[in-house]
Formats: sequence, C-alpha cells, structure tokens
Amino acid sequence: MSSVSATTVPPLPHTGKVTQARVFLSEWTKLRSVRSTRWSLLAAVAFTIGIAALACAVVSHHWPHMSLQERADFHPLEPNLAGVQLAQLALGVLGVLVITAEYSTGMIRASMTAVPRRLPVLWGKAVVYGLVTLLLMVPSTLIAFVVGEWIFSGRHINVAFSDPGVARAVIGAALYLTVVGLFGLGLGAIVRNTAGGIATFAGLMFVLPPLMNVLPTSWNNAASPYLPLQAGEAIMSTTPGNHLSPWVGLGLLCGYAAAALAIASVLLVKRDT
Amino acid sequence: MIEAHNLSKDYGDKRAVDDLSFTVRPGVVTGFLGPNGSGKSTTIRLILGLDRPTSGEVTVNGKRYRDHPAPLHEVGALLEARSVHSGRSAYNHLLALAQTHGIPRRRVSELIDLVGLRDVARKRAGQFSLGMGQRLGIASALLGDPSTLILDEPVNGLDPEGIHWIRNLLRGAAAEGRTVFVSSHLMSEMSLTADHVIVIGRGRLITDMTVQEFLRQASGKVVLVRSPRATELRELLAGSDVSIAVGDERGLLEVTGLTAAEVGEAAATAGIALHELIPQQASLEEAFMTLTSDDIEYRALAPEGTGQEVAA
Repeated sequence: MSSVSATTVPPLPHTGKVTQARVFLSEWTKLRSVRSTRWSLLAAVAFTIGIAALACAVVSHHWPHMSLQERADFHPLEPNLAGVQLAQLALGVLGVLVITAEYSTGMIRASMTAVPRRLPVLWGKAVVYGLVTLLLMVPSTLIAFVVGEWIFSGRHINVAFSDPGVARAVIGAALYLTVVGLFGLGLGAIVRNTAGGIATFAGLMFVLPPLMNVLPTSWNNAASPYLPLQAGEAIMSTTPGNHLSPWVGLGLLCGYAAAALAIASVLLVKRDT
Repeated sequence: MIEAHNLSKDYGDKRAVDDLSFTVRPGVVTGFLGPNGSGKSTTIRLILGLDRPTSGEVTVNGKRYRDHPAPLHEVGALLEARSVHSGRSAYNHLLALAQTHGIPRRRVSELIDLVGLRDVARKRAGQFSLGMGQRLGIASALLGDPSTLILDEPVNGLDPEGIHWIRNLLRGAAAEGRTVFVSSHLMSEMSLTADHVIVIGRGRLITDMTVQEFLRQASGKVVLVRSPRATELRELLAGSDVSIAVGDERGLLEVTGLTAAEVGEAAATAGIALHELIPQQASLEEAFMTLTSDDIEYRALAPEGTGQEVAA
C-alpha cells in the first residue's frame, strides 16, 4: 500500500443527475468485472455448441444401425439444440447471481446509495444481462446449427435453415435462453439470497415438471404445457405434441419472467435494504 | 446539513431508533456516539434511505436522501458493514459507482491515489485487509465531492498512519464548510476529532452539545486536594452528599460532591492550608460511561459484589 498524502477532498465539478442510461453503463461495468459472469457465459456458449456437436456426432455414428422407425421419429434439430438444456442452467444461475451476489457481499448498499430510487438498478441489470445473453446466444445457436449440419452432411439427413420452423427453432433457442436468464434474475431479486434463488429457479424449471406426474394423467397433460420450461421450449419444437404453439409458449415464459421482475420491483422499492 | 425529526425505526417488535431528533450542522465535525447496539448504524441507514423510518423523517441538505437527483454529490457515506462485491477490483467498484453519476474515470484514479490503494487497485476487493477495505469505502464516500460526509466507524481497522490521515481529512472537510457526521464507539478518537457530539443509547437521544460542554457537564464535582492537615480537612468537608477517599500518598484526598471553590473556601474559613487543589476533568470516555451506563444493551455480566463491567 502506498502512503497517503493529501488530506483534503479533491474538488469535482458536478456531473449531473443519475439517469437510466448512466445506470446501464454502471451495470455493464458490474457485469463484466466479476468472474462468475465470464465463467457462466463461457459455460453457456460451450454447452450450446459443444453438446450440439457431440450429440450430432453420436447420432451420425449410429445412423446406419438405427431402425426405420427411429429414423422416421428423428429430427436433426433435436441433437442440434441439445446443448440448450445445460446452457439454460448456467444462464439461469447467472441471472440469480447477478442480483443475489449484491446482497451476499453487501454491494447492494453501495448500489442503492448511488441510485436511491432503486428501480433503475433492477432495469439496468435486466436490460444489460438480457442484451449480453442475447448477443452471445444468437451466434452460439447458429454455430451449433451449422456445426451439426456439417456433421450430418455425410449422412444426408440435413435440414436447411430455410426449412419450415428451423430458423424459428434455432433463433428461438437463443431467445428462450435469454428469457430463462431474466426469469432467474427476477427470482433472485425476489428471494435476495443465492442458495434460495438458485433453489427456486431450479425448482420451478426442473423439479416441478416431474412432480406433475403425481397428478392424474389428464390433469398433468392439461397443466404441464403451461409450466415455464415446457411453455418456453415450445419455441424449439420440431414435432407436434402436447405443447403450446411456439410463440404462445415463449410468450408465456416471457410472462413468467415479467411477473417475477414486476414482483421484484415492487419489493425492491418497499423493503429495507 | 442533516435534520432528523422524531425519527423512529422498529424491526419487528424491537425499537432500534426511538423518537430521535437532531441537527448536524456544516462546518464542524459532529461525533455520533453510543454503545454498540445503540442504534447508530440504523440511524445512518435511515439517513441514506436504505431503511424506511417507521415514523418521523430525516433530510439531508433539505431533502430526503432518495429525492436527490444526484445523491453522490450531496452525501458521501461509509457504512460500517462492507458494501463491496468481493470479486470485483477496487477500480471497477469505484468506476461502477462513478458511472451512475457520469463521474469521469480520472476521478476514480485520483481517489484511488488519494486513499493509497494504487498498488492494489486491480486486485479483487475480497483479498483486501480490513484497513484496505476501509480505505476503499472512504474513496467511494469522497467520489462525488459531497457537501455532507457520513462515516460509520471510519477508523475501524486502520493503522495509526491511516487514523491520523482520516482525522485530518475530517477536520479539513469541516474547515471547508462540509457537514461531517462520524459515528464511533471509541470516545478517545472522538475527543481528538469532534467539535460537537450527539450521544444516543437504546435508540434514544441522550445528549446533543459541544464536546467542551459535554466534558464539563459530565466531569461532575471531583477535586483532588492535598493538605498537611488532611485528617482535619476530611472531617470538615464530610457531609451527606460528599464522599472522600484517602489517596495513596500522605495528605492526599479525593473529594467527590464539592467543587474546587467550595473546598478552598471551607479550608480558608477553617484556616487549613492547602498545598494542592486540582479539579478533575473527566475524559470523554468517562463522560460517556457516566451518561450511557443505563442505556447499554449488551454488557458483560459482572461477578457479584464487583461493579458493573461496561463495554463501551
């Protein structure tokens, strides 16, 4: 530590008031300057592309041994988007952490002292994290698609990006991952605790669906498509089944994320920090 | 200028701050004293809008904190609890705060140099010692060149050099006309820094006055007197409100309950010569103990028969 000398506060001309645009910049600095962001985003990209390549390679390898029925049920986009399953975990957890780490470290007190109206901080986090995720995930799902199709080209089981529903599913996967991340952010902002936030996120996304199996089949079939995971995944669907139409499903997931952020915003203003 | 009007805060059924009214004026260092758990940190959180008062109101420079469009230019605060993401570097921490107000990067570097963190500015704040963390907190408080400084226990963890520095910084800031509000449970520290004291205990205002007045009031009537005829003098002064202890040295008495003037007059009337007559001034520490002994929430249990052990 170098020694200190001056004992007066150096003057600074006033720079004007807190604006949402300034808070966006501040939140971008916060997001890019911690390790958890880099590792989670790297994991999400690696899962999206790596698992797609792996799954496509496995299918390609097994193709000669698959029955006609298996071949008929197969859709090339399924292995292409297999990485989304793990990427959503990384992005949802990071979404939770983006806000709960502020509470666990005490940073929230500094943030709320700088922006005492509070809401700009939540919107700042949502917009910056959402944009970063989207800008990373659109290329990732596209690369996953291109790599997968390149692997499949030897088997002539390709689909083209222009085939019906393909562009929607591939770009939709990136949209889906972005909204899942924002859902995690909203839940984290409600719970304000990392372990609790991750548990809530994982519970609603991954534990609730199998729990529905205890319900009578007809109820289960009626309710399941409306759960966050199933609703959102409809955007990536390639086959008809018990799910909502693609955009309605993604819209419903957006609704869940928006509801979580709305509840969080009310609580953020109301509660003591 | 900080003005609190009938400020109260309940956490559940526990009242942390109880009908507190005070004014912190610019141009002087105001010490905010109280035993641990007396509500100092809660009061500061209420001032900064981190917690909402159950009733009453507190304003800074005429407005509630959260109504200031650029609060970092109005108030610089150092909280007792750490308020830094442990995984972020000191530089990025300050930068993120600065950006909310459009404060330029060179200001961040300037403050990192000012508080002596240049060598570690790119290290993760989680690796900082208590003193380094405190310096980072002080840098964030000074970031916006605020007219009001609110520092909760600023000398915590600082080395002697750092304590000396913060003391000069606070006095300098007050001399420049800023409002300086510093909490501490260390009376000795306050006696060197503060001009004015606000003392609270169990969330209630105990006293609000200048340091000199505070010392004068709490000093009470204790006089050290030396006389060759100490035994006679002792009998002369004895009374229901007066207690007299015999000193270790020959002829030395410690008289409690009379002023030096009263002792001197009585001795003169009786023709007893005095070799020494010294009014005892209480230290700020003692003054504080006297004032807050009934208002301490957490105290060590003293063994039976001995006095009360007081944690101050």
